[in-house]
Amino acid sequence: MAALSLLPPALDLLLAVALLLTAWRALYTRALFPAVVFFVAFGMLLALAWMRLEAPDVALAEAAIGAGLTGALLMAAVARLRGRDEDKP
Amino acid sequence: MKRLGHAVLGLLLLMLAGVLAWAVSLPVAPGQDVPAHIAGSLADSGVSHPVTAVLLNFRGYDTLLELVVLLVALAGVRCLAPLPPPSGGGAVGGVLRELAALLLPVLVLVALYLLWAGATRPGGAFQGGALLGAAGILALLAGRDRFLAVLEQRLWLLAGLGVGVFLAVAAGTLVWGGTLLGLPPEQAGILILVIESFALLSIAVTLVALFLGTGELEDRDP
Repeated sequence: MAALSLLPPALDLLLAVALLLTAWRALYTRALFPAVVFFVAFGMLLALAWMRLEAPDVALAEAAIGAGLTGALLMAAVARLRGRDEDKP
Repeated sequence: MKRLGHAVLGLLLLMLAGVLAWAVSLPVAPGQDVPAHIAGSLADSGVSHPVTAVLLNFRGYDTLLELVVLLVALAGVRCLAPLPPPSGGGAVGGVLRELAALLLPVLVLVALYLLWAGATRPGGAFQGGALLGAAGILALLAGRDRFLAVLEQRLWLLAGLGVGVFLAVAAGTLVWGGTLLGLPPEQAGILILVIESFALLSIAVTLVALFLGTGELEDRDP
């Protein structure tokens, strides 16, 4: 029983560590595409964090806008930057 | 010199962290129990979900300005580039095409459900609009982009409808009720649904147009 009651805080701690880790990787990964992937993963984890804080409205917005659409926008930007580099070697 | 810069930056960040920690400890509104206040007025808001009640009724002005911000962002991007022409989807792989065929109806349905659910539980125009926008982007990526022609022709009408309808409601309440966005309790529910429906459409269109955004940026290089 005691082990079970320790599970939620342990998962929360794991979530917090994963958030910091993905945020750090998103900022400091040199290649742009993996950085965007880390950013999207960060957004999904952040949505989970909002759920844990009992804010489902914010979680929905974060998952749809923060992770989904911003991720798509950033990936489109990366694709365009790449096209540009090839034009002007 | 660089080390000094880092030290100063670190100090500033530490100060910012301190200010933020202090701000978190402050009471939200001194002498007021905000959740109880909202719960007390919920019956007059037209919806039963407190978050929607605050966003669309009690603090509707903020939400109106948020929609304006989206519109201004789109205007900025459009100043840089026109929308690209439809591609017809010649180069799209089979997996993406099949996935889009499966997912598109589900995405549209869930977006509309979120809009409807917003009245009673978590959901609403921004979340639904983002999903509908995602559906639009998926359709674009899968080559189902015939709707681009409509988007090109009617972009400002579609993107501006949300703000337009919201402003019309605001003007109506000002003329008949005397208060800007003071929704009358009897009609508040339907008014919120109307505002949110058009906001959903405009948000989705704006997000798709932002995604298309800077397609022709390279051509404008000096």
